[in-house]
Amino acid sequence: MKREQWGSRAGFILAAVGSAIGLGNIWRFPYMAYENGGGAFFIPYLFAMLTAGIPFMIMEFGMGHKYKGSAPKTFAKLNQKYEWLGWFQVLIAAVIAVYYVAVIGWAISYFNMSFTQSWGQDTNAYFFKEYLQLGENSPSKLGSIQWHIAIPMLVAWGVTFAAIFGGVKSGIERATKIMMPLLFIMVIALIARMVFLPGALDGLNYLFQPDFSKITDPKVWSAAYGQIFFTLSVGFAIMLAYSSYLPEKSDVNNNAVMTVLINCGFSILAGILIFSILGNMAQEQGKPLTEVVSAGVGLAFVTIPAAINLLPAPYILGPVFFLALVVAGLSSHISILEAVTSAFIDKLNWSRKKAATVVCGTGLVVSMAFATNGGLLLLDLVDYFINNIALLTSCIIELLIMAWLVKLADIRQHVNAISDFTIGKWFEVCLRFISPAFLVVILGTNVVNTLTDGYGGYAQSDLLVLGWGLVAAMLAVGIIINKSSKEA
Amino acid sequence: MTTGAIIMMILGLGITWGGAAICIRKAMRS
Repeated sequence: MKREQWGSRAGFILAAVGSAIGLGNIWRFPYMAYENGGGAFFIPYLFAMLTAGIPFMIMEFGMGHKYKGSAPKTFAKLNQKYEWLGWFQVLIAAVIAVYYVAVIGWAISYFNMSFTQSWGQDTNAYFFKEYLQLGENSPSKLGSIQWHIAIPMLVAWGVTFAAIFGGVKSGIERATKIMMPLLFIMVIALIARMVFLPGALDGLNYLFQPDFSKITDPKVWSAAYGQIFFTLSVGFAIMLAYSSYLPEKSDVNNNAVMTVLINCGFSILAGILIFSILGNMAQEQGKPLTEVVSAGVGLAFVTIPAAINLLPAPYILGPVFFLALVVAGLSSHISILEAVTSAFIDKLNWSRKKAATVVCGTGLVVSMAFATNGGLLLLDLVDYFINNIALLTSCIIELLIMAWLVKLADIRQHVNAISDFTIGKWFEVCLRFISPAFLVVILGTNVVNTLTDGYGGYAQSDLLVLGWGLVAAMLAVGIIINKSSKEA
Repeated sequence: MTTGAIIMMILGLGITWGGAAICIRKAMRS
């Protein structure tokens, strides 16, 4: 069966950028920068982008283009015994897909509510008590399905399914060609309005004011490298699948550099947007910015709704903000599901339509666990282990295989032969030494901290089963599939 | 905003979006 192809270079770039730009760019990066030296954070961040982000992206684009397969197929082509890593990556994508859609569902709900700001004045109580109905639940005691959460999740699944079912060119490319320009227009329009609000420039000052004393702090460098690895969708099968649909003649190096730069540039724009809103909120409430700043779910669904209440024309700015959040989430969700679907197509020779139906159908059913009363707690726990343990482990093993066990020079030679500009030896130095060194430090710290302090106050049994157990099970499944492939 | 903050904002936006603009121009030429 002939492999599908992107319809145009712009289509591929927009899809790759759409994958990399997700909720994390909007709710994680601004807080990371603020916490780690403000403007001074950009020095380690941009250094990490050049020494880890760009080389890793070139490597994954090169691998996908050279071996023309999903992650398991790509690693199996390198050597049959590495196929398990591809399945481990696909499983990471599958797990992320089922909880990420819950957050998109919340954003769809908040988009609807933002026309009238029906979340009221106490946005914290509204989100946790009325909307999620968290109650006395835990990650292992989930309660019942909340249909007001499940229905928006079904909408998100519907969009993702339509894109995946439609195929690379007619589905994914078409969707991202609408979504990404729309996202950029919305964010730029929001920034254009927000920066003129009272207090917005004070907010920006908090974000960009450099504290150069932080540059010597190793934790800041770890945070910068961690942010780069989390933001680029590398190490969990997505970019391998996307680049496998590139035509024979493709400027891989330029495509990779462009994708990384646009993603990081968008993060800075998101920082300007978020801190303008927070600066205005602090001024309106007469509080210092340090008291209103937050990140993650709390920022998007508690702080921002409270800030929207204080904005002029909240019935316009609120919906635009939450629609931007939905679009950023959906474009990433499509790519995550495509990484899983393409693996099924390659492995089982299924048609795209069959694979998309089975993968999205199964994902929908499993994702209902996150539409329950305790869904947020389960999401928080699983997300922590997937991002901080599984994903980093996957990146390290991928680098170990590519940079130390097989010839990374082959990939460099391959991408240089087809690209408009060539990359030098620095590419190999970054991937052999710099990136693995930071990854080992970050993963080691995460493992030690989690073993000694636990996470989030959750019960040890929950951490053991839903955290460590989940990661171990994913590794085991990858290895079992690999073994059965060898025997077949 | 302080001068330091403005410089860091321009640096961050300049390197990322400036770099992306160069890449896009190169891609369009080829």
